[in-house]
Amino acid sequence: MAQPPLPPPPRAQTSPGPVKVGTAPNRRLGSVRGVLVSSPPGRRARLSSPGTGRSSSEAREELRRRLLGLIEGNRVMIFSKSYCPHCTRVKELFSSLGVQCNILELDQVDDGANVQEMLSEITNQRTVPNIFVNKVHMGGCDRTFQAHQSGLLQKLLQEDSTYDYDLIVIGGGSGGLACAQEAAILGKKVMVLDFVVPSPQGTSWGLGGTCVNVGCVPKKLMHQAALLGQALNDSRKFGWEYGQQVKHNWETMTEAIQNHISSLNWGHKLSLREKSVDYVNSYGEFVEHHRIKATNRKGQETSYTAAKFVIATGERPRYLGIQGDKEYCITSDDLFSLPYCPGKTLVVGASYVALECAGVLTGLGLDVTVMVRSVLLRGFDQEMAERVGSYMEQHGVKFLRKFIPVMVQQLEKGSPGKLKVVAKSTEGPETIEGVYNTVLLAIGRDSCTRKMGLDKIGVKINKKTGKIPVNDVEQTNVPYVYAVGDILEGKLELTPVAIQAGKLLARRLFGGRLEKVYHTFFWPLEWTVAGRDNNTCYAKIICNKFDNYRVIGFHVLGPNAGEVTQGFAAAMKCGLTKQLLDDTIGIHPTCGEVFTTLEITKSSGLDITQKGCG
Amino acid sequence: MRLSRAPECTAGRQDYNLLVIGGGSGGLACAKEAAQLGKKVAVVDYVEPSPRGTRWGLGGTCVNVGCIPKKLIHQAALLGGMIRDAPHYGWDVAQPVLHDWRKMAEAVQNYVKSLNWGHRVQLQDRKVKYFNIKASFVNEHTICGVTKGGKETLLSAEHIVIATGGRPRYPTHIEGALEYGITSDDIFWLKESPGKTLVVGASYVALECAGFLTGLGLDTTVMMRSIPLRGFDQQMSSLVTAYMASQGTRFLKHCTPSRVQKLPDGQLQVTWEDLTSGKENMGTFSTVLWAIGRIPETRSLNLENAGINTNPNSQKILVDAQEATSVPHIYAIGDVAEGRPELTPTAIMAGKLLARRLYGQSLDVMDYSNVPTTVFTPLEYGCVGLSEEEAMARHGEEHVEVYHAYYKPLEFTVAERDASQCYIKMVCLRKPPQLVLGLHFLGPNAGEVTQGFALGIKCGASYEQVMRTVGIHPTCAEEVAKLRISKRSGLDPTVTGC
Repeated sequence: MAQPPLPPPPRAQTSPGPVKVGTAPNRRLGSVRGVLVSSPPGRRARLSSPGTGRSSSEAREELRRRLLGLIEGNRVMIFSKSYCPHCTRVKELFSSLGVQCNILELDQVDDGANVQEMLSEITNQRTVPNIFVNKVHMGGCDRTFQAHQSGLLQKLLQEDSTYDYDLIVIGGGSGGLACAQEAAILGKKVMVLDFVVPSPQGTSWGLGGTCVNVGCVPKKLMHQAALLGQALNDSRKFGWEYGQQVKHNWETMTEAIQNHISSLNWGHKLSLREKSVDYVNSYGEFVEHHRIKATNRKGQETSYTAAKFVIATGERPRYLGIQGDKEYCITSDDLFSLPYCPGKTLVVGASYVALECAGVLTGLGLDVTVMVRSVLLRGFDQEMAERVGSYMEQHGVKFLRKFIPVMVQQLEKGSPGKLKVVAKSTEGPETIEGVYNTVLLAIGRDSCTRKMGLDKIGVKINKKTGKIPVNDVEQTNVPYVYAVGDILEGKLELTPVAIQAGKLLARRLFGGRLEKVYHTFFWPLEWTVAGRDNNTCYAKIICNKFDNYRVIGFHVLGPNAGEVTQGFAAAMKCGLTKQLLDDTIGIHPTCGEVFTTLEITKSSGLDITQKGCG
Repeated sequence: MRLSRAPECTAGRQDYNLLVIGGGSGGLACAKEAAQLGKKVAVVDYVEPSPRGTRWGLGGTCVNVGCIPKKLIHQAALLGGMIRDAPHYGWDVAQPVLHDWRKMAEAVQNYVKSLNWGHRVQLQDRKVKYFNIKASFVNEHTICGVTKGGKETLLSAEHIVIATGGRPRYPTHIEGALEYGITSDDIFWLKESPGKTLVVGASYVALECAGFLTGLGLDTTVMMRSIPLRGFDQQMSSLVTAYMASQGTRFLKHCTPSRVQKLPDGQLQVTWEDLTSGKENMGTFSTVLWAIGRIPETRSLNLENAGINTNPNSQKILVDAQEATSVPHIYAIGDVAEGRPELTPTAIMAGKLLARRLYGQSLDVMDYSNVPTTVFTPLEYGCVGLSEEEAMARHGEEHVEVYHAYYKPLEFTVAERDASQCYIKMVCLRKPPQLVLGLHFLGPNAGEVTQGFALGIKCGASYEQVMRTVGIHPTCAEEVAKLRISKRSGLDPTVTGC
């Protein structure tokens, strides 16, 4: 299903194909010398035209294909305007590097505005210069100069322009899988690298990431098991009768849960295969720009290249860094598949993971203590957090507040064994000791970003947290590397957020459209009697699908266009939406009224020509 | 019987600002609100015993023979399902598992009695005078009330609110129906298990009762003449009954009973006609429950003495948007008023708003559009807004887009429960931004899921806005925010995987 990008169609009269400087007609070419430019030849290129009567969505798709063709077919592609000083600087930079580049001057082609609109759709950047180097969207002038300084530009220029993949996603969790599948749906060649490094206790799992394997799903199922315990208690009051002795069998529960998870792992694999996404169960590590080394369980290494990368490696539970923690303690990575009942348990931490685990274990009838350094559920409303805590306390959870463990010692081996925990007060010299069967650490999570060669390609991470800072479009400081999910700095660590972000990212990268365009031809009343051409005057609005169909573009071609436009410009300032336009009563008979009855979207491809008296 | 007994009413007259007839959800809310606003208020309430002799305290249908006991017994039935689930989740439950109706009924009834008491206390706290008398109009400002012992009281007021609600209907032409059958007025107050039960009717009351009886392990049959849940979305309704059938409820469709006879052993022999084949059939049951509809409690009010108009067919009181009857200072709210949804929260809100308009300078009238509700059948059905049929009828098929999904609640997976009927449907206008016209949710905790979306629809939510809402994972409600497949597309709406 993954197809290589289509080459630009071979229609000479519409193709702004590169031409040698010397052969170009007397267009101004700026100060660039010795470079290839894409200034159109004498014939005026109409990249897309509403007046051809051809389906306009087709025309639009053709423009998109043509632009992608230019981007993919040229080592350096610059979308520029001839009078723009920033564009000139960039051209000079490439010139000084002795690099030939293809330039399209948007102010010198008839469809410059359309091209610019399409570019903003493809890159989320509306301004010029808009620069691509070896298919990678570089950005504007500043980013190009930054890349030149960091050496990235030179590396990009050296790259062989054929990559194994359009996109490699590192990490097969909620966000990564959503992004990979969406990109594949959009026709790209995509690979997902997923590898679960076993926890210190040796637990590992299948495809699907935290949510499916060691997060939301098993958590909620165990929560349900605990709720059923409560339901069993309740049921007697509602008249149900059965033997007094009700026991819980940990193994039965974990086996059922793990079976369900296996089916989900399988489902994820299947769904990748259905979408022709290559899944490789290997650990991914950047070795140089655009190249990643994948190491499988047996230590075999393979190397892959891609035009773009998405990092979605998520996080793993943090350890305390005290004596005995990695040897004897478990985390949420281990709990849900623990082959034996954990027995008397100490939960260290006050995160939602800590309280959820403590609640579940108590509900299953275990003796549970939670050791809390400071506040419960930091970041949540603190009154609610305390109420959660006191409900849990009433239902048998013991809390040790303002203590932190300093040492964990094994007293007895076994399943479970016996551990001695020494903890000290956060407020004074006091220390306490306790003996538990299991110690579960839930003190936070760390990003899996430090051992994947990000330094090799210069992706910046927050040194302290390991998180990756990104801009509004999930792009890291290295233009072709993006990141989604829990590893992002300052974003929510939630499955549905990662899924949504992953999908939207793929759509932005590979051409899913964010806006909807409504359009029509119209025949001004004054023109009818005069016998002037029908299907010449054209009205178009562009709406942002993800902002309640807010009108973000307004175009009219026809008589008194300035007079018509002014009022709508004011309305756009006030947040005009498609709905409001539809709710507006037209003034009849005028040209402006056409905007209150726009129904046909460009993407529908429906005919917009007016036949006779409308 | 219609003769006014006013001339005999000679007892002392008491004057109030507001007199509320009927101590149910709407009446009590209106009375309390008016008292809060400093008015002198009286509530008269009297429960005529059911034909089987069942009677109850203050609070009306919802508290005594409706929502409250219904949901508690529904919960008892759900707990039965959880006991069956529990072993899958590692709980060892010793067999056999039995259910004791007496114990449940006693617990439910005790809770209801505590609510009756609570309502009495609330009235007292707000200085609302309460009379346990049966009221009838003497004239347009005066009613005469008769106590159980026959003592009469005359009460008069500036404003009168009628909130007498409704009672279950018995069929009139079926031999033995009244003598041997019971209704929802009785089922919750039975001391002993009803045993093998025939539920006649296809209303939500019929399906809810049949659902919990089945859930408690009783052999239960529903006999319906035509379609289930008339007025609700019909696709959802058939899924509701399909799930019930999968849980063991028997359905006799297109059948009407013709005779109920008592056998020497106390069992009831029911004869019915199968409308499809025209054949007569017979069956034996311990209990026959009629759930064929409700009639408003207006007959004993002597409404004509006050000149209050009713709909001659429904016998309900005609009201305007302000809840006023044909007599300007007399109002009617709740189930007794024509054209109102028969739901507790609408009656409460209507009562409160009415009191505020009368005494609190407010102009707000009750908005009866987009009222959410939930049917507590074994698989719960929550809905708000238009059904698919209604949306098509109002807007035309080509202007309506329906998004839908069959989904599997996470809790069902490990318990190996069948989720074939877990289904969500969102009915939208087709034109962007695709205003949401209706939401229909079939699955666990449907009421809890529907409530928040009802607010969204009240705020004019569009499909796009719902799609931009981030789900809460893993829940059933998040499936609503993930409805991507339109019916028109013809794609498979089954949600697979996580």
